[in-house]
Amino acid sequence: MYSALSLLLTARHVAWMPPDGSLRGPIVDRLMFWNLIAIVAAAVIAHLWLIVALIRRRSTSRNFPSPVRWGLVGVFCVMYAWMALTAQRLWAANRFTGPSLTAMHVEVVGEQFQWYFRYPGPDATFGATRPQLVNAAAGNPLGLDARDPDGKDDVVSSVLVLPAGHEVDLQLRSLDVIHGFFIPGMRLKENAVPGLVLHLHFTPEKPGTYPILCTQVCGMGHGRMQARLMVVSPADYTVWLDKRERALQQQEAGE
Amino acid sequence: MRSRALSRIFTTDHRRLGILYLYLALAAVMVGTILSLMMRIHRVWPNLMVPFVGLVKPEDYLAMVTMHGTLMVFFVLLIAPQAGFANLVLPEQIGARRMAFPRINAAAFWTSVMAFLVLISGAHIKGGSAISGWSSYPPLSALPAAGPGQGLGMDLWLISIGIFCIASWLSAVNMLATILGERRAGMTWSRMPMTVWGWLVTSILSLLIFAVLLAAAVLLFSDRHFGSSFFIPLGDMIDGRIVGHGDGSPLLWLHLFWFFGHPGTYLAVLPGMGLATSLFANFTRRRVPGYRVMAGGLVAIGGLGLVVWGHHMFVSGMNPWAGTAFALTTMAIAVPSTIEVIGWLAMLWGGGLRLKTPMLFALGFLSFFIVGGLTGPVLAQPALDSYLHNTFFVVAHFHLVMGMAGVFVVFAGVYYWYPLMTGRMMSETLGKLHFWISVVGVYGTFLPMYFAGLAGEPRHYDRLAGPATSFSTLIPLERGITYSGIVLAAAQLIFLWNVFASARRGRVADENPWQASTLEWANVAEFGRIENGPYEYELQSGGERFHPQWETAAKEE
Repeated sequence: MYSALSLLLTARHVAWMPPDGSLRGPIVDRLMFWNLIAIVAAAVIAHLWLIVALIRRRSTSRNFPSPVRWGLVGVFCVMYAWMALTAQRLWAANRFTGPSLTAMHVEVVGEQFQWYFRYPGPDATFGATRPQLVNAAAGNPLGLDARDPDGKDDVVSSVLVLPAGHEVDLQLRSLDVIHGFFIPGMRLKENAVPGLVLHLHFTPEKPGTYPILCTQVCGMGHGRMQARLMVVSPADYTVWLDKRERALQQQEAGE
Repeated sequence: MRSRALSRIFTTDHRRLGILYLYLALAAVMVGTILSLMMRIHRVWPNLMVPFVGLVKPEDYLAMVTMHGTLMVFFVLLIAPQAGFANLVLPEQIGARRMAFPRINAAAFWTSVMAFLVLISGAHIKGGSAISGWSSYPPLSALPAAGPGQGLGMDLWLISIGIFCIASWLSAVNMLATILGERRAGMTWSRMPMTVWGWLVTSILSLLIFAVLLAAAVLLFSDRHFGSSFFIPLGDMIDGRIVGHGDGSPLLWLHLFWFFGHPGTYLAVLPGMGLATSLFANFTRRRVPGYRVMAGGLVAIGGLGLVVWGHHMFVSGMNPWAGTAFALTTMAIAVPSTIEVIGWLAMLWGGGLRLKTPMLFALGFLSFFIVGGLTGPVLAQPALDSYLHNTFFVVAHFHLVMGMAGVFVVFAGVYYWYPLMTGRMMSETLGKLHFWISVVGVYGTFLPMYFAGLAGEPRHYDRLAGPATSFSTLIPLERGITYSGIVLAAAQLIFLWNVFASARRGRVADENPWQASTLEWANVAEFGRIENGPYEYELQSGGERFHPQWETAAKEE
């Protein structure tokens, strides 16, 4: 019933959540749908009630029975409890535990008004960074420390490319002010806060391109602080990363 | 002559001060509305030249958002229902001749005016007004180099908010002392009108939360000018320059701000909830069912309001377990809110409503409170909020439940108490026209925003385009919102005309024009001990009777 109704909504060009591309996304969508159904029903009933009150011209002197009033409050309490329990289970599954040990790692760095994505390379270890070394003009927007061997193979990209079907752990940072990292198509949002490293894990499932938006006002370029997530097949992902690694090696050899 | 004019302005008379407060809120709401129209028009026709601004740059848009939010929240919703209406009728409603501290009360008003002037002066300075939104998250708000408007504009914003905190604090001290100490003999807790319960709760909340906001504002000012690092982390950079030398945390500001900010939004609606209860009783001629429960509900909402601030921070980097805790406290607040709404619906169920303008606006308040409030339990769930946070879904939610519900109950109050201010009645015909156009305008403007939010459209975007995404499918929806917004704003001209024309030409009001039972409609000098409850309306088969609170020993006639 849920999928039929949501199909209908989309077909009728109702603004609705964009197509979902992540493993856990459909659970969010289903929960959202039933929550909205519940509250829309409550709002409609309340307004029918108001309309009946408005058209009842003859006033009755009897007071509204108190047990009915409390019964109605009880019904709503059950609804709230249901909403809290179901959504808390999903929240716990998404956020209370870390990613699996096989998850890949990507660092997301927000900066006025740009997103950067850093891949640790074959050594699976991120090199050290220092804010003193940040120099976007010289090709080092994240301040990678050249003396750290772990950083030699770190790939920095302005597009987030991920293989489909593989869990990823994002670690969010910000260099300057608070940014909001939002991928509507993955049902994913967390702020990037300067001074903190925040983790967010998910599994992209469906290949495609998804917008990444900044959702925390961060200065004059806030509305343009957008990037892309490209979910590709694992084979394409390997090709892409290898190409970036080779470019990195050539660049180093050239220096 | 001159001294009389001066004494009219620099008055310590609470009713005059109430009217002056309402003028201040009117000035703020007019500027705030014009700003919102400019934003709405810019979103739909981005290349249109706006008068006095020219082409709207992204920073202009953000300055408008910031100024709109600050004006509407602080200078309209935190002033009109509280200081405005309380000064108008609070002493009379409890049978007092005056406020407890009339001079402190007057000082609070002029301090609020000062805060207002400091805030709007930001529009005329170099760099313009602050652009970091009404919640002013650091480091954006802590560093002058973080954007245009974040220099002097941000300083003025902070100073204005600091002054406003002091003003609200003074006002709340006076209000609380008046309620606790100035009640007439016989005005027991259970004989207080529901509005007084609202003001009791909001004045206690004000004392707690404005102290915290003032402290936060002082700390942020110190970060900006005295080299401290309460909110700026180590190694923080702006414009390629390292500015973070201490080891502060931006999250500290979020905690302090929302500890103020969430109860702050309740200051906007709790007195209104009290007024709506009074109006429903009056215009249905019924007692309030479960008076104690309804009064207790207001207290519970206020109390729980102090422990829910974290629901603004589900995706801020706060520990996810804390998210669960705040989700549960937030859900708990839905229970007293539901009790209030069901109480109102139960009062209305019997029918026979007298649909005078104040009653219509109270019903409008109830409708928005339901439609806006029901999305609260959805947003209270971190799993769902982590999609909806900072999208237009949230914008729709708070504009309905706080903004429009709050403003409608202010309209209800103005129509209802107008005879006390001017001795005349406002035009019913114009009032009803104002109501119906406004209701359609409000729903046309804010309901579609829920859908824009579901589609993932973030707040604070000056355009619907960008490198990665284009919300082009939402443009028809956005246009509809703008058209509705224009209709909604235009309908307020009817109200303005009604307010100013009725002061001279309105029908002269009877002594108790609404047949109300609360004490503001009687002459305070003429009655003694209070013996009646606030809502002793009775419907009987032969007709109706009511026992106003100033009536004594007349029950056994």
